[in-house]
Amino acid sequence: MAFSDKILARSIDPSVHQMLDRAEQLGLETVWDRYEKMLPECGFGELGVCCRNCNMGPCRISPFEDEGPQKGICGATADIIVARNLIRMIAGGAAAHSDHGRDLAHTLLLTAEGKSGGYEIKDEAKLAALAAEYGIATDGRGKAEIALDLAQAVYAEFGKQEGALQFTRRAPEKRVAQWQKMGIDPRGIDREIVEIMHRTHIGVDNDPVNLILQGLKASIADGWGGSMVATEISDVLFGTPEPVRSTANLGVLKEDQVNIVAHGHEPVLSEMILAAAADPDLVAKAQAAGAKGINVVGMCCTGNEIIMRHGIPLAGNFMQQELAIITGAVEAMIVDVQCIMPALGDLCECFHTKFISTSYKAKFPGAVHMQFGEENGLSIAKEIVAAAVENFGNRVPDKVFIPEEKTDCMVGFSAEAIIKALGGTLDPLLDAIKSGAIKGIAGVVGCNNPKIKHDEGHVELVRELIKNNVLVVNTGCNAIATAKVGLMLPEAAEEAGDGLKGVCQALGIPPVLHMGSCVDISRILVVCAAVANALGVDISDLPVAGAAPEWMSEKAVSIGSYVVSSGIFTVLGTVPPVLGSPVVTEVLTQAANDVVGAAFAVETDPVKGAGLMIAHMDKKRQALGI
Amino acid sequence: MSQPKEIFVRTDRCVGCRSCITACAVEHSASKTLFGAIAETPRPKSRVYVEWVAPDHKVPLVCRHCEDAPCMHACISGAIHRDADGVVRTDADKCIGCWTCVMVCPYGVIGRHLEEHKAYRCDRCPDREIPACVDACPTGALVYQTVPAYSGAARQHASRELVQAEGG
Repeated sequence: MAFSDKILARSIDPSVHQMLDRAEQLGLETVWDRYEKMLPECGFGELGVCCRNCNMGPCRISPFEDEGPQKGICGATADIIVARNLIRMIAGGAAAHSDHGRDLAHTLLLTAEGKSGGYEIKDEAKLAALAAEYGIATDGRGKAEIALDLAQAVYAEFGKQEGALQFTRRAPEKRVAQWQKMGIDPRGIDREIVEIMHRTHIGVDNDPVNLILQGLKASIADGWGGSMVATEISDVLFGTPEPVRSTANLGVLKEDQVNIVAHGHEPVLSEMILAAAADPDLVAKAQAAGAKGINVVGMCCTGNEIIMRHGIPLAGNFMQQELAIITGAVEAMIVDVQCIMPALGDLCECFHTKFISTSYKAKFPGAVHMQFGEENGLSIAKEIVAAAVENFGNRVPDKVFIPEEKTDCMVGFSAEAIIKALGGTLDPLLDAIKSGAIKGIAGVVGCNNPKIKHDEGHVELVRELIKNNVLVVNTGCNAIATAKVGLMLPEAAEEAGDGLKGVCQALGIPPVLHMGSCVDISRILVVCAAVANALGVDISDLPVAGAAPEWMSEKAVSIGSYVVSSGIFTVLGTVPPVLGSPVVTEVLTQAANDVVGAAFAVETDPVKGAGLMIAHMDKKRQALGI
Repeated sequence: MSQPKEIFVRTDRCVGCRSCITACAVEHSASKTLFGAIAETPRPKSRVYVEWVAPDHKVPLVCRHCEDAPCMHACISGAIHRDADGVVRTDADKCIGCWTCVMVCPYGVIGRHLEEHKAYRCDRCPDREIPACVDACPTGALVYQTVPAYSGAARQHASRELVQAEGG
């Protein structure tokens, strides 16, 4: 079938072309249409030079010298305004990841106290390992007892006033020493976020470099704090991911079943939805309603969480959330927090789909709210699934259109799983890096953004990397993009350079390793720390690089900041709102090298972006003498 | 003879965001992109202005390309002419920088290019179908239309008001 140039220009994914064509037929608006209506976007916003932090303004600095004001009413220059705005984005992102981590700590606490409904401690080995890290006694103690101490210790990290965050000490000693030297070794997770809000208030911190340092500090509290808590505690409660095969793309929706899309981020909800969907009574009800069963699929990072632990199929990434509803085959879109478009409400009104919000933190127009709580998680999840099953009868067959596309993938490479795949030790990986079979490791992450042809930035950059023998580890919407094009299959080693191909074939792994959701970028940090420690160097000495080819969220700003703060050169595929400040631009792209041993680069061409990463790896290899 | 289009200003719609100013400067840059334009020396110049009238009016102003253009009559070096499209242009080669045009312009929309020592003004974006300022305006305060189309819309609006006032 032929599609219009407009549709073809929006995505590389054939399922998206079909659904956008369908949307046009039905007169429905999507994120791409709204983006086009927004153009041209505000230049002041693009440059980061508008400030709304007090009511003397709003102020904005003219980017063109002869025109308009060069200082805000308080006297803030473009440099100050841009730095303040940037770190407020970091605060937003770090808060989102960390609050997710806090929810997991809360679930562990309730579970240890025997107060949660349906949860259990699934990975006792990880529980014991984390307890040891926190100096919690394990000998002769039951898992609930240990978990209680661990939950309280982890919970305390958020409001901690003194001392370091425990997980930051997983970083190499040199790295921690550098953080301490620069004054960016974070204290309590919440504290660093609060301090950003304080410093960016009218008349507080007006030194762009000092502001950025606090941004980095808060971001470290995210990557090595809140996000790492989210990952580790999720593993304790739901199991540490191991390689599992599944399928990805909108074709995972089934015409003859009750389709439930679990969308958002926290596995606390989605794990219970899965358990509820397996309930024999609910399955029987679905069958009585004429369905063959209940088909739960994931979307965005919730999708990553459940595909990697259970092999639950993944319907798509950020830009596909509306398209799932337009299939007309979704009985319920169940959401918790983060990256859920408020547009879903209006869209669900055009179909029978029930849009069910579950978190008191995240309510949406057009959604039915069914408050979720860990105390009786399973029973609420059953009510939610029952609502989906009851809705099956309302489906309008004429409105159903499910694209066929779905691709097999092998996912679930936690740090533990990678070491297992290597035969229990990092040595084969180190040897491959030393021999040059693997040039380096790239962490590729981040969102989708209509500024970039959907998935093209992700897929082209990753293809270019593996072609050049760079092992790719990825998370989030990048992971989903690469799963959909088959790069997460061992057979994809054929697309890799000879060195990487050999390693992948010997180990039976794909050249692109799925490490999870966006909070699971903490897993990438753990792998980098382990490799650096094994070689007796800092992370900034390693032939590693990061990229966020299609990033858009504040979380991505925090991620980029903690990845750079960890010593990893990072390429951004969309321009961050900082170019209005020459100082901030210089600090992020140059001076950061002197502070944390790494910096950002911006490159909107994915192949060129990969080129920058490869050149960086070559430079690091040379310095290491390998 | 077909009616030429003009840039009309609906002052009640302007929110003072200055997007028109930014877009104009970018259009008159070498790179024609925002991120490129801010790095250029000399900085590209905007030819549209947003004035503020207390207590809360924002008024975008841009060269009206007057039919009986005072600047064109006043220019002592003959640098200002009207082209075939009705656009009043300043020929930079002939401009001697005497600023007579600035003195006679009733709208104050002629600028001084410090680096080039020349007068500059709106050129109606010869490379574009719709001038950049109009394209960038998020509220529709700038409108690029012919006089009959613009006044026709105004008549329609007035007619509706009248009918409503009469109890229609």
